[in-house]
Amino acid sequence: MSSDNNDENRRDFLMVAAGSFTAVGGACALWPLIDQMNPDASAKALATVEVDLSPIKDGQAITIMWRGKPVFIRKRTADEIKEAKDVDVADLPDPQDDGDRVKNDEWLVLIGICTHLGCIPSGQKTGDNSGEYGGWFCPCHGSHYDTSGRIRKGPAPRNLEVPPYAFVTDTKIKIG
Amino acid sequence: MNLSFTAPFKTSKLSIAVLVVSSLFVSPLVFAAGGGDAPEIKRQEWSFSGFFGRYDKAQLQRGFGVYNEVCSSCHGLKLLSYRNLAEKGGPEFSKEQALAIAKEATVIDGVDDEGEPLERPGKLSDRFVPPFKNEAAARSVNNGAYPPDLSVMAKARTFHRHVPWYTEPYYWLYDITTGYEEKGVDYLYALLMGYKTAPRGVVLNDGMSYNTVFPGHQIAMAAPLSEDAVEYADGTPTTLDQHARDVSAFLAWTAEPHLNARKDMGKRVLLYLVILALLLYLAKRSVWSRVKH
Amino acid sequence: MSDHSSSYEPSNGFTRWLDERLPIMRLMHGQFIDFPTPRNLNYLWTFGAILTFCLMVQIITGIILAMHYVPHGMHAWSSVEHIMRDVNWGDLIRYTHAVGASMFFLAAYIHMFRGLYYGSYKSPREILWILGVMIILCMIMTAFMGYSLVWGQMSFWAVTVITNLFTAIPVVGESITQWIWGGYSVGDPTLNRLLSLHYLFPFIIAALVGLHIWALHVVGSNNPVGVEAKTPKDSVSFFPFYVIKDGFAVIVFALLFAWFVFYAPNYLGHSDNFNEANPLQTPPHIVPEWYFLPFYAILRAIPDKLLGVIAMVAAICVLFVIPWLDTSKVRSTSYRPLYKPFFWLFVITCLALGYLGAKAPEGYYLLASQLFTAYYFIHFLVVMPLIGMIETPKQLPDSIAEDVLEDTSEAEKA
Repeated sequence: MSSDNNDENRRDFLMVAAGSFTAVGGACALWPLIDQMNPDASAKALATVEVDLSPIKDGQAITIMWRGKPVFIRKRTADEIKEAKDVDVADLPDPQDDGDRVKNDEWLVLIGICTHLGCIPSGQKTGDNSGEYGGWFCPCHGSHYDTSGRIRKGPAPRNLEVPPYAFVTDTKIKIG
Repeated sequence: MNLSFTAPFKTSKLSIAVLVVSSLFVSPLVFAAGGGDAPEIKRQEWSFSGFFGRYDKAQLQRGFGVYNEVCSSCHGLKLLSYRNLAEKGGPEFSKEQALAIAKEATVIDGVDDEGEPLERPGKLSDRFVPPFKNEAAARSVNNGAYPPDLSVMAKARTFHRHVPWYTEPYYWLYDITTGYEEKGVDYLYALLMGYKTAPRGVVLNDGMSYNTVFPGHQIAMAAPLSEDAVEYADGTPTTLDQHARDVSAFLAWTAEPHLNARKDMGKRVLLYLVILALLLYLAKRSVWSRVKH
Repeated sequence: MSDHSSSYEPSNGFTRWLDERLPIMRLMHGQFIDFPTPRNLNYLWTFGAILTFCLMVQIITGIILAMHYVPHGMHAWSSVEHIMRDVNWGDLIRYTHAVGASMFFLAAYIHMFRGLYYGSYKSPREILWILGVMIILCMIMTAFMGYSLVWGQMSFWAVTVITNLFTAIPVVGESITQWIWGGYSVGDPTLNRLLSLHYLFPFIIAALVGLHIWALHVVGSNNPVGVEAKTPKDSVSFFPFYVIKDGFAVIVFALLFAWFVFYAPNYLGHSDNFNEANPLQTPPHIVPEWYFLPFYAILRAIPDKLLGVIAMVAAICVLFVIPWLDTSKVRSTSYRPLYKPFFWLFVITCLALGYLGAKAPEGYYLLASQLFTAYYFIHFLVVMPLIGMIETPKQLPDSIAEDVLEDTSEAEKA
């Protein structure tokens, strides 16, 4: 009788051990199947971009690609800088001081994607609709951004995002 | 219970299997000498072959040197990026070294305002810049021949062993159990070592060289390597044999850049499977002990 | 077997509620838990489970590869290299898929030879067998199309050679071939449809496997003795007995699988496929993957184009009719002394054809392929019907239980 019980216990133990060991292995095997959808090595390698700022004139803006996204780089005029600084931060939908959004007052670097639903705002070229605040205007749902890329009017919840970047020299930045 | 019934049978089968497999490892590999026209290519010792194989990064660095100074003027590596040179499991140059290598190349990236191609120095994320603009350009300066890209060359070539047909299964088994994946590398090494003066009576076409292992023996590439062709920083003797070995090893890596990681993972997976198989076998035996079958 | 009543009892309110509306748990319980299975199955009967495992591995890895693959002549080959180099775990996933095809065929061939040896195709299992032949046919097409997607030299020329077989059809051959190509040669349209169909076929296979298992569960498993299970003493429940045994076999098989994936991933492939497809240059030897070699040998054994194609197709299609070609009442070859040597001769024939398929069809090799091709058909068309009529089989046990318990009962008597 007791030997029968022992047998049964041993059997149950082995079944449970084998079953859980299988489950653990299956779970481990799942990770590669999921991780393969993450950005691959060649995409990760494109994570940084160097941009030469010397050809950009006052008031001009350029768009470059970083990780497949447009990045706006604008050389602001003295008026635009003044406009951006004079705003009462407390009145903004997403309060942020202009000083926290730039590393050098002249240069505004932004990810050119509306924080509402991902469209690209206009205002990069002279003659583009740049909205009521002289910055950018998103044609999809009418969001207005100012000369610091902050949301002023419209459905977008947040200011245009500032990508990580650093000045390598006075006229060269490295994004990413 | 069932075991006691079948045990003698199983044991005898098992012992035969053990005998067969162990004989594979003790018996020396004999390649029949190439009959007639057939060249003899030997299986070489490589640090990266077999179960415990890993690339020797010092060798890959030397091999890159040989490629860079000798081969790269005609042969591209279009599947490689400069960043690969600094990645784990390869030559493992430092990021700075890899960047310095990349910067020597001129990359065409977009066009300027007049529509002319815009040139800049290479970056880590760039693919290796090919030596020629296109096939026609390559042929025009190479006596009509097209130097092939070498990215996967170490897997794109092979050779046939000239052994009696009834011994072939033995070689298959030997190759599989020892994980022999280096036929192409052995071929490359043999090719680089295979330049000889043409035997009497062999007339070479214009610009061709004689090579013992190249099919047809007439190869458009002149002997690329010679003693002291490339300087080694690590003091390894710069013999022809060493150059050929190092560049073959380097090309093995370019063809199979994740070999180290794959073989490491393989050991973990096999260990897991062996343990699971044991557990399942014990569970199976315990379950089946209830019934006779 | 299918009429055995499931011992399923819903254990809680929800399962009772579900059972009254969709008795899926009852069905699964009846078919995969307490399903009566002959108690004397040997390890050759685990290949059904191994094949299910293989199919699942191929479908999962295949869906992943399709996320990264580009079906265009300019990019296909380099997108495969992109998977190998840059995609996270890409090399392992691709090697698993490539080696997986070989493992799938290895298991399928063992499964088929098991069926042939133990006469598993005989009444009442004809439909079960026919569904199996349909599965192997679909597997052959799927594997061929998958191999072509790599778009290396061997891929490209294999597609060219195999699609050109259709030109052997009188009158309409040329038009059919152009229809298959979507052009006047193998090109981008061909590659695109190959991908589309390669993605579709595994699901057809999965459906056929469903029918195969259904048919199996209607008539029940055959067994090494070949006597039908009659009393409960002849059978054990599928769970835990065969679940655990099949599980063990799958893992042992996975060990072999893993060895190839991690330590010899390119051994079963061909070096020429590491050269990108070049429509202007044919490689010196066109060789299919190892699992097609016997059929390839049959194709080349016959010097006439049309007859060669017919022989190759017939080599597979003859399997559809063997339930009626075999006249013996006895299933298991173990009880058929006269047939047994012929069975092994047939196995040797298949292996020899496989070997010859990789050799140039000249001289002794050609002669040998012709002899073995002849025996391949003679075996089915002459040996099978004839021996069944003249052979005196060994005495069969009355039941599975008698065969299994023989020793014990004798021991008890003593």
